[in-house]
Amino acid sequence: MKVAADSFGGIMIDVKKHSAALLSLPFALVIFGFFVVPLCLVIMVSFWDYNSYSIIPDFIFTNYHDIFYGCVKSLPDLCTSFATYLSSLKFVFITWVITLIIGFLVALFLCFCVHSLQMQIVLFLLCTIPFWTSNVIRMISWIPLLGRNGLVNSTMQNIGLTDSPVEWLLYSEFSVILAFVHLYALFMVVPIFNSMLRIDRSLIEAAHDAGASSLQTLTSIIIPLSRPGIIIGSIFVITIVMGDFITIGVMGGQQIPSVGKIINVEMTYLQFPAAAANAVILIITTLMIIFAMTKLVDIRKEL
Amino acid sequence: MSGIKNQLELINLEKRYGDTIAVSGIDLSLPDNTYCCLLGPSGCGKTSLLRMIAGHEEITSGDVILNNQNISDKSPAERSTSMMFQNYALFPHLKVIDNVAFALKIAGVNKTVRHARAMELLESVQLHTMSERYPSQLSGGQQQRVALARALITKPKLLLLDEPLSALDPFLRIEMRSELKVLQRKLGITFVHVTHSQEEAMALADIILVMNDGKVEQQGSPMTLFNKPRNAFVARFIGGHNVIEGQGLPISIREDRIKLTLGGTDEVTGVEFLGSVVRLKVNSGLGPLTVVQSDMEFTQARLDLGDQVKASWSKKDQLQLEA
Repeated sequence: MKVAADSFGGIMIDVKKHSAALLSLPFALVIFGFFVVPLCLVIMVSFWDYNSYSIIPDFIFTNYHDIFYGCVKSLPDLCTSFATYLSSLKFVFITWVITLIIGFLVALFLCFCVHSLQMQIVLFLLCTIPFWTSNVIRMISWIPLLGRNGLVNSTMQNIGLTDSPVEWLLYSEFSVILAFVHLYALFMVVPIFNSMLRIDRSLIEAAHDAGASSLQTLTSIIIPLSRPGIIIGSIFVITIVMGDFITIGVMGGQQIPSVGKIINVEMTYLQFPAAAANAVILIITTLMIIFAMTKLVDIRKEL
Repeated sequence: MSGIKNQLELINLEKRYGDTIAVSGIDLSLPDNTYCCLLGPSGCGKTSLLRMIAGHEEITSGDVILNNQNISDKSPAERSTSMMFQNYALFPHLKVIDNVAFALKIAGVNKTVRHARAMELLESVQLHTMSERYPSQLSGGQQQRVALARALITKPKLLLLDEPLSALDPFLRIEMRSELKVLQRKLGITFVHVTHSQEEAMALADIILVMNDGKVEQQGSPMTLFNKPRNAFVARFIGGHNVIEGQGLPISIREDRIKLTLGGTDEVTGVEFLGSVVRLKVNSGLGPLTVVQSDMEFTQARLDLGDQVKASWSKKDQLQLEA
């Protein structure tokens, strides 16, 4: 009897000792099955060969070579790949800056200017309302507003601001960025808001007590302590915009190239190895941006 | 030095939130170099009062005067006061040294000077070896010292402490308590310390304000409060007293001034041996009484639970209380 009880106790202790590992096991399996395995497959296929009808297991670098073919030789003129990446990077950068400013200010307002918890919840839910409809509908709804004969143009003409319709409102880089900001600003708001909620109010008072102005409190206390939220939000926005091709297609009138679009086209022609190679390059680029960004933020903290 | 001047004066201070009165009718005059404790149960307004002195809470009416200057409308930093927060409110993203030097950084003092000054203060609280650590890497007692050093770097004329010892374990609390008092005397500035522990207030304060329901029930030295509590609330809160109904008004009698003699109608319902003293509970005709006997007194009679006794005291030990 005593032995049985002891061994039972032993099992209990074992479970306790490994509880952290056991608890994280289900999610680790999900990550493994739905992220690690597909990623490895993509990397593997990117080294395969292909012809018009089939893909052939192999280990060649042709797919990568094709992407950057002639790119170095033609410098300073940009080859298609470089131009496309540069265009995507431009969108990423501008969208990131604008969503960061908007996201930070909205979170700041919700967290420090709205004092009742109920009001915070109500306003926060208001922020999420656009997400009750699909991405495509939210994009398309800009068209009647920004088009040649859209609401904005007709209003401007009616009040005499312009004589003829403004062309750059729709199917332009402007409309692409507008849609990106509209679609993804919330991805910035949520993590930053979350970080800000964790800031102890007495820290703000302590800063005031030490003589800090509101601006000094913002730069020396609130921004550094919101840093985790800023980084997480930035990763969301950067990765989504980097791989996006639907928004660029719809809002750019199918006239603006994007990395995602290249991959998409290659997939429709069943050139899976080429698409895989492009995807790997895209992932590496995105990781490099994120890495550089976290470094940048780290350096700022040291100053 | 021009004799004793009244350093901190509060004149008819009041704080309302809408219709609710948080604090009202506070008058206080503290001389230089005083340790003052605001003592009261939670929700009595002691923290509101402290925050009004610090400038973190707007004053509804009345004035705060420091060194003959009305500071009621000044910002916290302009008041030459400094506050130490209840949970220390150390900046988690800054190293200990930068936490301490924060106010100087805000004031635009250059890095070498402000770090040198912060190191001096850290040395005075014996934490100079920890200057490169982050607050989360320190124990509670060490965090408290950092908070103290941070509050002192602006050379305040008045230090305000919001329950500074409540987050510490009992042993450390007693140790830090004596250090606070030594520090106050060394700096020669006035400390105003909020606490709900009468023991802490008695041990530290030159002047105690006993507060209840937003009002000051009584103010005075610990000895005055203990020997002459004004009303039943103060007598009960300060401890060591029995409050019983007299003719019309309540009276108080100190626990150690009651004599118990065997044979009577009162019953012993509790015996607690506390080392040098023994605390007995007695159910008497006047209601439950607490009696404290010295160990010598106790060993003579050796009272036990259920013993029938008679509780008595001399008339001069009986204290008439106000309603």
